[in-house]
Amino acid sequence: MTAEGETPLLEAKGIVKRFGALVANEISDFSVRGGEVLALLGENGAGKSTLAKILYGYYTPDAGEIFVNGRQVEIASPRDARALGIGMVFQNFTLIPALSVFDNVALFQKNLPAVVPRAEILERMRRYAGRFRLAVDPWMQAGQLAVGDQQKVEILKQLLAGARMLILDEPTKVLAPQESEGLFETLAELRAEGLGIVLITHKLREVLACADRIAVMRHGRVVGVVDRREAKEEDLLALMFGDKPMQLPPPLLDPAGRHDRGIRALELVDVSSSGGAGQTPLRNISMKLQSGEIVGIAGVSGNGQREFGDLILGLQRPDAGIKLLWGEDASRWSVAAVRDKGVASVPDDPLALACVPGLTVRENLVLGSGERYSAGLGVDWRRLDADMNRSFARLGFPRPNLEARAATLSGGNLQRIVLARELAQQPRLIVALYPTRGLDARSTMMVRALLRDMRDRGAAVLLISEDLDELFEVSDRLLVLFHGAIAAEFTPEDFRADLVGPLMVGATEQSDAA
Amino acid sequence: MRLDGATLWACASARAKGFAFVTAAALGVFATLLVAAGKDPLEAYIDTLTYVFGNAYGFSELLVRMIPLMLTAVAAALPARIGLINVGAEGQLYMGAWLATAGALALPDLPAFVLLPLLTLLGFVGGGLWALVAGVLRALRLVNETISTLLLNYIAPLIVSYFIFGPWRSPETASYPQSPAFVEAARLPTFFHSRVHFGLVYALASLVLYWLVMTRTRIGLDMRAIGGNPEAARRLGIPIIRYILTVMFIAGGVAGLAGMAEVTAIQGRLVSELSPGYGFIGFLVSWLAGSSAAGIVTMSFLFALISSVGDILQITQGVPYAVVNILMAVILFIVLGRHSVGSVAR
Repeated sequence: MTAEGETPLLEAKGIVKRFGALVANEISDFSVRGGEVLALLGENGAGKSTLAKILYGYYTPDAGEIFVNGRQVEIASPRDARALGIGMVFQNFTLIPALSVFDNVALFQKNLPAVVPRAEILERMRRYAGRFRLAVDPWMQAGQLAVGDQQKVEILKQLLAGARMLILDEPTKVLAPQESEGLFETLAELRAEGLGIVLITHKLREVLACADRIAVMRHGRVVGVVDRREAKEEDLLALMFGDKPMQLPPPLLDPAGRHDRGIRALELVDVSSSGGAGQTPLRNISMKLQSGEIVGIAGVSGNGQREFGDLILGLQRPDAGIKLLWGEDASRWSVAAVRDKGVASVPDDPLALACVPGLTVRENLVLGSGERYSAGLGVDWRRLDADMNRSFARLGFPRPNLEARAATLSGGNLQRIVLARELAQQPRLIVALYPTRGLDARSTMMVRALLRDMRDRGAAVLLISEDLDELFEVSDRLLVLFHGAIAAEFTPEDFRADLVGPLMVGATEQSDAA
Repeated sequence: MRLDGATLWACASARAKGFAFVTAAALGVFATLLVAAGKDPLEAYIDTLTYVFGNAYGFSELLVRMIPLMLTAVAAALPARIGLINVGAEGQLYMGAWLATAGALALPDLPAFVLLPLLTLLGFVGGGLWALVAGVLRALRLVNETISTLLLNYIAPLIVSYFIFGPWRSPETASYPQSPAFVEAARLPTFFHSRVHFGLVYALASLVLYWLVMTRTRIGLDMRAIGGNPEAARRLGIPIIRYILTVMFIAGGVAGLAGMAEVTAIQGRLVSELSPGYGFIGFLVSWLAGSSAAGIVTMSFLFALISSVGDILQITQGVPYAVVNILMAVILFIVLGRHSVGSVAR
């Protein structure tokens, strides 16, 4: 697997990591060379992040050896990893929001002297930023930065701390298309400098766009390492999913589906909201959504998407303007009232926003159902179980262990629980906020098919996403949200990245395309 | 909640171990203290045990102490389930006693079967409204409930003092500030020719209700959801503000019952030194018990025993009662050291 004659930057042999009875990683040989981008590809739960965390010293493997530049080393902590020139950029950034970019970078340096050599560090920051396209204002507060810029700071601080190998865990998850391009350019520059880069992802397109080699993981093992030049999409998919054929979810349509399309489900009339601290105010939003249609909301995150979704769900009230649900003024409705009318919500982060980790799966399934399953003061668990079993079956999801605590489930499985719960009652309006973020290819296809299916059955669907491919694939209409206002509207004939993309970052010259 | 036998057993044995550990550690540290004071700890402990378990009177006094501890522990445990920290049971106890006294003094002519339920209600409402002040401030996002309940503890005894020094001062015992004695109809019944009073029923009923609501009802599930993930609860339409207000009122009410029982059963009048810090110890009990109903009973027992130790040592060994405070502080530190202090819903 290693290159002929050349010592790899990092090599891991015979790594085994168990969590209880679960074997999370069993890796016979894994290596990263200097001057290459190695993509680590695999489904959710394939063991990619575990491997990365072992290499960065977060987990200690139960067995195995790690070599850096041919020398056997022990990586017992992230500090050890950094001393060996291994850096990692996590999915959730580790910046201190109250401090400036400069402070964040300086704090991360090895053996920072008591008196911080500001000029020297600044000079190095400027140099690296210029060379690797990571320019960020050093005096900005980290918390004020856009997500893309925060990621730049994360990379910058690793480079200044002397990283020769960089592990990026799903770095494009939070980026807009143009920003992803920018990141790939940065990675290309770093590769040219001889750094080894491990790019963890489950997006095939990215892998084929920027990796030199592709290591595919499945069930904790590296099942194949493919050179990009020889890689074919089908082969990679086959490796990722094994012998199981890729299949779409079974058709969900029962013949008695509703066909009440064309009814105005949601209408916003000149809605504005001031938003609280750290929120993006919404500005004069007017839009309509009918049953039997999917309207996509495109935008770079932080442009008011969450506030937009919250407004519809009743978590935030409009300061001006009117929100109508099925023709009724719903501007002042509580969340419970909105849900009661048949509005379902599929958020991006089920663990933080839709589940209670300390409760069991069954208890989580009953939350938010209003009085539906009440039996006196208690809960009619039997009826709930029956409904939920039906919902899981309809969605083609395996039935989870209802007694398990939600905290023990993986993100993908939690998202399934949330979907089963939210879609169990045949919602009439679905607000989906980044519903496929963090899901693997198969689950992503499943969710998209599901949204289309719900639409075909007469539900109105609002799909808020950053993934243009997803929006183009699923939407019947597309609105672009920028700085809390609707910048443009597109119909399917104009679903092109070069038309929509610029409006997501505030360019106006093409707004006539709307 | 469906628990199989094995989990239940594991829970119970873990709790028993925790109880044993805390007891042993506390008694160990306290023994060192007694040695330092030139006393024989073994003799002191034997004295206490013979006193408490050697005769019915000692044991009944232990029960008398357990009553306010169990009630104030429920007052802390209930808000804890939705992520609120109520350290104000002491003040809520005083206000419950205060409002019950107002009723007892104003309506001396009612028969007992009307007056006692009424005083119970007044005690509940007095404590409940006092806690509701903190609940409202919290719901409006103005003041953190930990701060407000703590500070309200200092105001409640002052209100009581104002009334017993002023409007309610007893003319018969003018030298000593206290209210007039309650009429017989306003006295909560006691059992077995001891001071063990009807408040025990309130305490046990509160614990059983608390347990039933938390484990068997929709309300308990909603509360655990709020405590477990307030953001998700909000997004799922659980009315968090309504829960904050209701739970704080009920919790304060339960503490108020403790105060009502103290004045109507034990004191028979409103006095200034109504509670030797029952509300604070109750908070400790609830914390140690991990908000479990059975744990509250065992921990109340332990703390009632400890305060008996103080009394007895004062009599038999001449050690000041204040040593008990040292012992309780030691226990608090042991407990805080074992559990990292949980974060609270904001």
